[in-house]
Amino acid sequence: MIEFKLPSLGSDMDQGKLLEWKVKPGDTVKRGDVVAVVDTSKAAVDVEIWQEGTVQELIVAPGATVPVGTVLATLLAPGESMDFGTTQAVSATISSVAAPALVARRRISPAARKRAEELAIDVDTVTGTGPDDAVTLQDVEQAAAAQAQPQDRQAEMRKAIAAAMSRSKREIPHYYLAQTIPLEGATAWLRDENSRRPVTGRLLMAVLFLKAVALACCRFPEMNGVFRDGRFEASGAVHAGVAISLRQGGLIAPAIHDVSSKSLEELMRDLTDLVQRVRAGSLRSSEMSDPTITVTNLGDQGADTVFGVIYPPQVALVGFGCVRDQPWAEQGMLRALPVVNVSLAADHRVSDGHRGALFLAEIRELLQYPEKL
Amino acid sequence: MSDGISTRGVRTITYREALREALREAMTRDPRVFLMGEDVGRYGGTYAVSKGLLEEFGPERIRDTPLSELAFVGAGIGAALGGMRPIVEVMTVNFSLLALDQIVNTAALLRHMSGGQFSVPLVIRMATGAGRQLAAQHSHSLEGWYAHIPGIKVLTPATVDDARGMLWPALQDPDPVILFEHAQLYNMEGELSDSVTADIEHAFVRRPGTQLSLITYGGCLGKTLDAAQQLAAQGIDAEVIDLRVLRPLDAETILASVRKTHRAVVIDEGWRSGSLAAEVMARITEQAFYDLDAPPARVCSEEVPMPYPKHLEDAALPQVARIVTAARSVLGR
Repeated sequence: MIEFKLPSLGSDMDQGKLLEWKVKPGDTVKRGDVVAVVDTSKAAVDVEIWQEGTVQELIVAPGATVPVGTVLATLLAPGESMDFGTTQAVSATISSVAAPALVARRRISPAARKRAEELAIDVDTVTGTGPDDAVTLQDVEQAAAAQAQPQDRQAEMRKAIAAAMSRSKREIPHYYLAQTIPLEGATAWLRDENSRRPVTGRLLMAVLFLKAVALACCRFPEMNGVFRDGRFEASGAVHAGVAISLRQGGLIAPAIHDVSSKSLEELMRDLTDLVQRVRAGSLRSSEMSDPTITVTNLGDQGADTVFGVIYPPQVALVGFGCVRDQPWAEQGMLRALPVVNVSLAADHRVSDGHRGALFLAEIRELLQYPEKL
Repeated sequence: MSDGISTRGVRTITYREALREALREAMTRDPRVFLMGEDVGRYGGTYAVSKGLLEEFGPERIRDTPLSELAFVGAGIGAALGGMRPIVEVMTVNFSLLALDQIVNTAALLRHMSGGQFSVPLVIRMATGAGRQLAAQHSHSLEGWYAHIPGIKVLTPATVDDARGMLWPALQDPDPVILFEHAQLYNMEGELSDSVTADIEHAFVRRPGTQLSLITYGGCLGKTLDAAQQLAAQGIDAEVIDLRVLRPLDAETILASVRKTHRAVVIDEGWRSGSLAAEVMARITEQAFYDLDAPPARVCSEEVPMPYPKHLEDAALPQVARIVTAARSVLGR
């Protein structure tokens, strides 16, 4: 038996509300399949499963808010036989013919059922707290009250950000470094590259930044990973959390996976996709839970320099200010060049300023050769 | 029948004394009233309820009878038919089985069998219940049996007020009335009200509450009130209903309570199967089904002959802890 538990979709998540099941008992699932949609305080997230098996029982009903680690469903591992109590085992040959879901009738008190009808509440979405976990009058009324007062999303998100950032500032001894990087070559290369691309295939400077950070991470593993239980665990792959601000306020930093091994085109596609899905509220659980470093990019409208707050349990955040023309002295000459201020906020428990400075220098170096990114 | 009965001020009094005062009042107010039964005269009553009444009212009106329940209950029926207002004391419900034919076939049915020509204004008092190590044959709680019979009224005074107040209206009833006095209550002290109610139609809310209804009567009322107090300390607000009248049942009071609290536990010293508790549960499920928020529960006596050893007798009877557990379980706790 496999227990599918509510994963933590970010260090600031203690609980989640199950919004929807994407599977039903009898369905077979494989690694990476989206099985449920869970509302964290930040977003509705598509939760993936990392094991193969057949869904046996959906334990938590949509609408229920449960703590991280709660068993949401049970699955049978491949080869394991069905055990629905008195029912005979369903043979492998017919299990593919959508075995009917033998779910016990839910216990709903007569008063609760009647009240639910009056209040137009779907009792199947209500979690029972009565005898034998029956849905009671109070459960229905609470569900109705919760519906009547839609969760104040912004307040919830603000709370989540507050929790994560307070933890960061409480636990992580930050140090900060910044450097101004000339982008004459990168800007020219991008302009040239984009002129040959269809509008939909054009690249953004942000993608170059992402790739440069990821490649730098490969040489500075102490920037890429998580600090957990008193020790740093470096990550082999670079999953860059991209800070994306939401139109309604707040921000979220889901991951683009394996940034260092992806082409700029792939990254651009991933970034566009991610931004769209963030705004549509359909993030995947792995994107939420496993960034290994955060890259924040204030974009064209932004300020010159970011002084980042590390998103725990990560150990570094690289921030890019806006790209703008500035006087630049080089080889005794003064001219106007597009530049960007890149900053590093890093965890002093894991790395020191000297390595941090080299890391920034590496990013600077990488951005001088955009065609190699 | 809803007139109050004056009791000469608020006093602390035992259940036994309250019953005696009620007898004395009845004898004084109505010359047709007389008391008859085993040992009610010289001995003063097996439970000393009629102590001193022989001296006060004389042997004509306080009559010792032979040991024949069938005969003296029958004599009581005859006296009632003849215009008297007899009070027959059957020592305990255990011995009333010997008089069942007179009670069920005659007293309860005469109005019907005579086409309405005769009524039987008879009051039968009897002790009931277990808890004093009197073993299987002397510990019955058969009130529920009598409540099964149309034609009789069944009363279960559980407070000193009801012990004091129920007799007079029972005597005013044109049909047979049985008063069950739980043997454990005789020594119970309580504060007698200034003017007790003469109501023999309604169940009373003994403790108002909001989260569940504890429905009981007679000897279990005290245990149930204790349980309600313990529940209150655990943050559970229980309502306690004293049925008082087992036949005809005051369904309205029960249902009103359950419709408010949505949960019910019935506490009854009778055995579970076919008990009065079963009837109360049936009324609730029939008439308040859609108001129920949990299956109703029961705390009854274990379905065994009442054991003699103290610890086993205690284990067989409804107790405060069992009531508390049942109440918590219907709340899902």
